[in-house]
Amino acid sequence: MSLEEFRNFTIRDYHALFARGELSPSVLLEVFFQRIEEVDPLLHAFLFVNRENALERARRLEREWKGKDSYPPLWGIPVAVKDNICTLGIPTTCGSRILEGFIPPYNATVIERLERAGAIVIGKTNMDEFAMGSSTENSAFGPTRNPFDLNRVPGGSSGGSAAAVAAFEAPVALGSDTGGSVRQPAAFCGIVGLRPTYGRVSRYGLVSFASSLDQIGPMTRTVEDAITLFEVISGKDERDSTCAPYPPFSREEIPPQEDIRTIKIGLPREYFSEGVDPRMVKVITAVLRELEKEGLELVEVSLPHTNYALEAYYIVAPSEASSNLARYDGVLYGMRKGGGQGLQDMYFQTRSFGFGPEVKRRILLGTYSLSSGYYDAYYLKGMKVRTLVRRDFEEAFATCHLLVTPVSPVFPFFLGERTKSPYEMYLADVFTIPSAMAGVPSIAVNCGYEDGLPVGMQIIAGPFREGVLFALARFVEQMLSLPLPFPEIGPERRS
Amino acid sequence: MENVYVTIGLEVHCQLLTRAKMFCRCSTDYIGKTPNTLVCPVCMGLPGALPVLNRKALELAIKTALALQCEILPEVVFHRKNYFYPDLPKGYQISQYDFPIGVRGVLEFALQGVKKRVRIRRVHVEEDAGKLVHEGPDLRGAVSGVDFNRAGIPLVEIVTEPDLRSPEEAKECLVMLRSIVRYLGVSDGNMEEGSLRCDANVSVSLSPEIPGTKVEIKNMNSFRSVFRALSYEVERQTELLRAGKTPVQETRHWDEARQVTVPSRGKEEAEDYRYFPDPDLLPFRILPEMLQEIRATIPELPLQKKERFMREYELPEPEAYILAQDRDLAEFFEACVREFPSPRAVCNFILTEVLKNLNSLNISIRESKVTPSMLAELLKMVERKEIGISLAKGIFEEMFRTGMGARDVMLKKGISFLTSERDLEKVVREVIEKNPQSVADYLRGKEKALHFLIGQVMRVTKGQASPEVVKNLLLRELSGGE
Repeated sequence: MSLEEFRNFTIRDYHALFARGELSPSVLLEVFFQRIEEVDPLLHAFLFVNRENALERARRLEREWKGKDSYPPLWGIPVAVKDNICTLGIPTTCGSRILEGFIPPYNATVIERLERAGAIVIGKTNMDEFAMGSSTENSAFGPTRNPFDLNRVPGGSSGGSAAAVAAFEAPVALGSDTGGSVRQPAAFCGIVGLRPTYGRVSRYGLVSFASSLDQIGPMTRTVEDAITLFEVISGKDERDSTCAPYPPFSREEIPPQEDIRTIKIGLPREYFSEGVDPRMVKVITAVLRELEKEGLELVEVSLPHTNYALEAYYIVAPSEASSNLARYDGVLYGMRKGGGQGLQDMYFQTRSFGFGPEVKRRILLGTYSLSSGYYDAYYLKGMKVRTLVRRDFEEAFATCHLLVTPVSPVFPFFLGERTKSPYEMYLADVFTIPSAMAGVPSIAVNCGYEDGLPVGMQIIAGPFREGVLFALARFVEQMLSLPLPFPEIGPERRS
Repeated sequence: MENVYVTIGLEVHCQLLTRAKMFCRCSTDYIGKTPNTLVCPVCMGLPGALPVLNRKALELAIKTALALQCEILPEVVFHRKNYFYPDLPKGYQISQYDFPIGVRGVLEFALQGVKKRVRIRRVHVEEDAGKLVHEGPDLRGAVSGVDFNRAGIPLVEIVTEPDLRSPEEAKECLVMLRSIVRYLGVSDGNMEEGSLRCDANVSVSLSPEIPGTKVEIKNMNSFRSVFRALSYEVERQTELLRAGKTPVQETRHWDEARQVTVPSRGKEEAEDYRYFPDPDLLPFRILPEMLQEIRATIPELPLQKKERFMREYELPEPEAYILAQDRDLAEFFEACVREFPSPRAVCNFILTEVLKNLNSLNISIRESKVTPSMLAELLKMVERKEIGISLAKGIFEEMFRTGMGARDVMLKKGISFLTSERDLEKVVREVIEKNPQSVADYLRGKEKALHFLIGQVMRVTKGQASPEVVKNLLLRELSGGE
């Protein structure tokens, strides 16, 4: 069995082969393990490959399901999981030295749900440390490379998951999105990435970066697979108070294909401004023209507070992070250094050695913003801006059903290109941050290539309107019929 | 000598009597448990774990605030209080900040019969921290461990305004506060076990116009140490002032062994806790129906009970106050009065004999083997003059020790309950009439003759009478009657 044959597969196609006895979960796993062995030394998408456990689980599934002809939705499907999602008995580092050696004694809710649906965790993927970054260069364990060009970044912070799915080291993956960490790497790697409505997926077991923004989302090769994963992981959870008390998403919520032409698409003018790479605007505009030809209505809208969203995000998110990351003090788990000179010494040394520069930068930013005397001017102001940003979206959705924008203003950049200027790096997320601040769902879908690099289109919907989001995403996918990525990866491509 | 103006405010923490911790389902029954056995990812603050509010904790805190006549805010908001300490697993404590549960309440109590009133600044709910355990030869070479069994237990924090004017008042106020939380069933209020903790702010001034310097006292682990620590502190500050010096604004620890307060080391630079609303918890809206339901569960409180005892049972105020302080004791009293409707007698017996026996064993009335019916039975016998009060006291001691009823104690001790004092009197008179010689001997000072007479009475009653009662009766008769 060769991987090439599966290139255009969705989960259903694997299940069809399973049902006919032409493929088994353990054989499928071996195919992906082989691919990982071949390409991951160059890509470095994985921090941990769950070889033994995964195979054991696959064999158990095979035994338990012998003779049955229908499967739970993810039965036998390998899933790559971002390394900030707790997995029982499997190391979870968040791409940080400070959590080196930490093995969670519990599963995140999403992992429980994946496993209940029959999925197999194939490994843990690389990420910017504590999900802080847009290129996966902030991983303490070395960067991940873009499968389309090994000299370029895969985006971040879920760069490992994006690269793994694009390079077909895994059919599907989970990422997490705080300000764009699912969508931007999905776009950089030419795959699908969903950021659900805040509260639609339980955060229990997702290591917190910014609690009011973090959401777990599927990263897949097709919209269809994103829908399947989302059906499994969404829905209320008693263990997360911020999780909405609604049932899991169902594909029944997706409006039928024939209704697609009634969708009115808003184009926020702030997202097509001069800061965007013109080649990217060109590709997206061409797709929009085709949608128009198909009969969809396009209207220009405005999200006037877009320019403030980024600044406010870099107050609110670091503030929460500075508190969320206080627990890494060397007392209970993970790394511990120093202590010879007492408690303070242990704190200083553990946190000085354990955290990388970007994490320290944000802890400092957040600590400053929350300090007495600065709270009103920074954190509180940031929250007020957030309200304005949310209102922007409410008003826009009064005149259209969905918004379409570029995912990022830039193409995948070279490793090291933006590491010297944090602000340059932050700008890579300028189009994904506002919807995250508003808590509304959005999806990144590939809509073409320019100079061999993928271009991502972002579709944004109102809260809990993932159904409409999927409808348009699937329509665009079918309309363009782009080949799913299967990049050739070899040392010769490393210029 | 000029006047000294003392200002004291209290900050009291009570562990709430919920079965599960505040944000997870771990048990709160931690006393005597092996360290770190009542823990889970949530109360250990493991990466990725999230808090989920235990509604019961909130209800108990609201109940406390209502009983202290607070205004209840319509929305409960949890804030994070950020600081580093090894017993704090998340690096922050989930607490409340600008939207506590209740504000502007009142607590009333009495000191030596004088009514006092202290304003309550705020009542809020928060989670407890873990506990550091030090082992080893001395503090320097010690190994320190952390026990997280206590981490996450709900606490209600009650902060008073600085309305207290003396250590006595502060102690009485605290006693009343404990009484109230026990009445409400929100906390067991045990200072020794740490389920009730008290910090105090003390300042002393030599003039009513000039405010003193606020000094915070911590580490007071009993009511007595609260009183002693505050007394010490008042004296210390007064001496400083009289010497023309100003006390330093600081936090001091009560050193129980040395009976002094000492400055706390470290943590002295004003800490910035960087409070902000916890994004893991949504604000909780308190609906009027919820308040109504909780209000309905508030029982008669100590002062109301005291008033009723004065009215209904015509008890004097001091006695009613003491009885009403302890809900269990008050209930014992009422149950006893139902069977023996002589409130004054019951009250007196409880406040003397019952309390004496409880104190000697250091137990509470709940743990006592004597039931209200048993005490009523005993008091009835006294009323019927079957036994004298001093005998009754002895019998009670035995009842208290063994859990036997009054009659069983008398049987065991060979005290006749068939022979009432009135019957005995007859026998005593007969014996006196039949033994004029012995009577004469006794009257001349021969003690032995009295013993002979007692023996005669015992013989006639076949040993069923109490020798002491007999002796008393004989003495009464011999000394010329009633």
